[in-house]
Amino acid sequence: MSEIPNSFTLDGQLVPFEPGQTILQAALAAGHYIPHLCSSPELKPHGSCKLCTVVVNGRHGSACTAHAMPGQDVQSDTPDLNGKRRLQVQMLFVEGNHFCPGCEKSGNCKLQAVAYDLEMLNPHFPHFFPQRPVDASHPDILLDRNRCIMCEQCVEASRDIDGKEVFGLAGRGLASHLVVNSPSGLLGDSALEAGDKAANICPVGAIVHKRVGYAKPIGARDYDTLGIRAQARAAAEGEGP
Amino acid sequence: MTQPTPSLDQVLPPILARHGNDPTRLVQILRDAQDQLEYLAPDTVTALARALNIPRTRVESCVEFYAFLHDQPRGRFRILFSDNITDRMLGNQALFEHMLKRFHLAPGQVSEDGLVSVGLTSCTGMCDQGPALLINNMPITRLTPRRVDEICDLVQSGLPLADWPSHYFKVEDNIRRAEVLLGSGFRSGDALRAALARGPEAMLAELKRSNLRGRGGAGFTTGVKWELCRKARADIRYIVCNADEGEPGTFKDRVLLQSFAERVFEGMALAGFTVGARQGLLYLRAEYQYMMPHLLAVLERMRAAGLLGRAILGQVDFDFDIDIHLGAGAYVCGEETALIESLEGKAGRPRIRPPFPVTSGYLGKPTVVNNVETLCKATEIALHGGAWYEAQGTKQSTGTKILSVAGDCERPGLYEFPFGVHVSEVLAECGARNAIAVQVSGASGMCLSPEEFGRRIAFEDVPTAGAFMIFGPGRDMFEMALNFADFFAHESCGFCAPCRIGTGLVQKMMHKIAAGQGTRYEVNEMLRLRELMRTTAHCGLGQTAGNAVFDTLQKFRPAYDRRLQDTDFIPAIDLEAALARARAMAGRDDADAHLGAQA
Repeated sequence: MSEIPNSFTLDGQLVPFEPGQTILQAALAAGHYIPHLCSSPELKPHGSCKLCTVVVNGRHGSACTAHAMPGQDVQSDTPDLNGKRRLQVQMLFVEGNHFCPGCEKSGNCKLQAVAYDLEMLNPHFPHFFPQRPVDASHPDILLDRNRCIMCEQCVEASRDIDGKEVFGLAGRGLASHLVVNSPSGLLGDSALEAGDKAANICPVGAIVHKRVGYAKPIGARDYDTLGIRAQARAAAEGEGP
Repeated sequence: MTQPTPSLDQVLPPILARHGNDPTRLVQILRDAQDQLEYLAPDTVTALARALNIPRTRVESCVEFYAFLHDQPRGRFRILFSDNITDRMLGNQALFEHMLKRFHLAPGQVSEDGLVSVGLTSCTGMCDQGPALLINNMPITRLTPRRVDEICDLVQSGLPLADWPSHYFKVEDNIRRAEVLLGSGFRSGDALRAALARGPEAMLAELKRSNLRGRGGAGFTTGVKWELCRKARADIRYIVCNADEGEPGTFKDRVLLQSFAERVFEGMALAGFTVGARQGLLYLRAEYQYMMPHLLAVLERMRAAGLLGRAILGQVDFDFDIDIHLGAGAYVCGEETALIESLEGKAGRPRIRPPFPVTSGYLGKPTVVNNVETLCKATEIALHGGAWYEAQGTKQSTGTKILSVAGDCERPGLYEFPFGVHVSEVLAECGARNAIAVQVSGASGMCLSPEEFGRRIAFEDVPTAGAFMIFGPGRDMFEMALNFADFFAHESCGFCAPCRIGTGLVQKMMHKIAAGQGTRYEVNEMLRLRELMRTTAHCGLGQTAGNAVFDTLQKFRPAYDRRLQDTDFIPAIDLEAALARARAMAGRDDADAHLGAQA
């Protein structure tokens, strides 16, 4: 048990936290990366991708929704949990239609970056190859549901930051899909603007800007030089304690 | 013959007015609108969103989430065969095929004249009198080939359902073994009077003394739950009765609501008195919609008798009333936070816990969510006290438990036993000889083999929400696991990735094995996926979705092995089958159009 109040141990290392922080927030602030996809520092904890599942005092839970408590024993970087995370990322890859070589987001994509981080070598499972409509009706934004991972960051950003509620998640199970708030259901008829948070928060290539294709060349993109784990560490050091 | 569909301007305003233009009543509003408009077209969705001043996406999300809400025409007669494993064991598939053939329909297809559609649905809670179906939400049980023909004739005659002979819709209670709950006479009002005489604090003390645990399956101590809610700081509290009895194989709540409704409602009022709530909500699963008139009549009777409403039993500061919300076909709404989401007019996706409903539940207020049976048990404690109650059952599982017995036995129905009863005793009592397996607590529960029939029904040994499905000699346990794999893939809400994708992958692999294309590879993959879902899924649905596959693999391995190919791996794509479409298009079926002899 920790002698220092407001700290817990993460894989044996002491991590301080501010009251009210989740395990993921505290870990990231201290420079410890826990793989995650649906969580964003700008949004409320969502807890749907389950990639950040850790073992807290012997019980499994999402690091993004579990509150940090003094003396917690948290395990994250274990062969078992990393194996499960790799499995989960493989599942996300076969659920949608993700063709990295032809995707504008390649190199800037969190799903791809997490897959590299977890040393995913192949999608492993047979692909579902779902038929999902692309919505190109908006003048500035393209919505490609083939690449959507149902993290709902756009849903929350539009509701909580933009105050617009442009997006929603409809359907059930594998038929879940993004819907757009307009009478026609088309993005072009919605209130979305290119500068909205919801138009810029997608961790994958489901919501991308038109007319900026490959403006930044492959090789010079977000995760091309520094992996997602190293970037998380660098970000924490940059902010300093 | 068909009446013109009424216009939106005529239909929607009265419905919206009846629900006070309240968006939290969206599921109820959609149900009512669909009843009149047949289905919920895009225009209806837009009009409702505008009238309720909510994003269109929220309405769309609801319509697409619930199995009983439709965005496409479904026909004037909508027939859904219950497709639990017990229905299959009673031959529902042949009857389903027969009806499809008579109407010249494919599953789910609407006939060209818009008269009828025939599909499948998850367990409708009629397992003791199956095979069963729902026709426009009315149950018809004990199906036989003759009965199916009669139904087809009636549908083709176009006779409105309300004019069909009532014997078709008879649902039996089938109470086979009664103890304190099912057997004792209950005088409406006595439990409440006893509680009022005690006062809320003393009532809570009796409840805690009784060690009553929730009958929905999780077994949380009811007294603690009520106390947490009572102590939570708030101006308003709610009592919710979970009557979303969706677990395949369970039907006890249906009987309790049909024949013991006063007791259920009195249990809710009792909870209201104890925790300080004035409003109760009963969440009734869509499959039990046929009970609505009966339940509303009981509520009216209780109001007239002074057992609900203002100043109950003359106690000036005790007001409590009950409203009934109908579900719309979603198993996940049995999970208490998903149920609350649904009560608030949203798709039933489970919330992040904590906070738990006892502190932040319906509309963010402290809420007690109890199972139907739990609330009935609370009336026993009010009447007889905690010490009396605690003397029944086992130390950790006090009182009696109602089991919904179905499958291969002579007398399916309800059996009330003290907790601690051996599985073998239940089997003997219901006339099940030489059973090879019992699936306890439904699709999410536990599969027991004969070596385990000496185990006890109790939270500390074999916990159960009530389902008890018996499999006799010759039954193929792979078929059960396959049925449940389909069930979970259909019912996964889609919120969390492990369950959404995991249930889909397990379903695909089970069908690959069923088609004789599976190997040990798939078996190992399913075990890996089960472990992933068990440890990472967001709610109980995903955490238990792999249990049936896991249990049957451990205990009934030959059922799998005889289907498996003796190679390491067979690709998921069958090239020969994939060429079928090309052959059809080319009009060829000669030897050269095939890949040749398969190894």
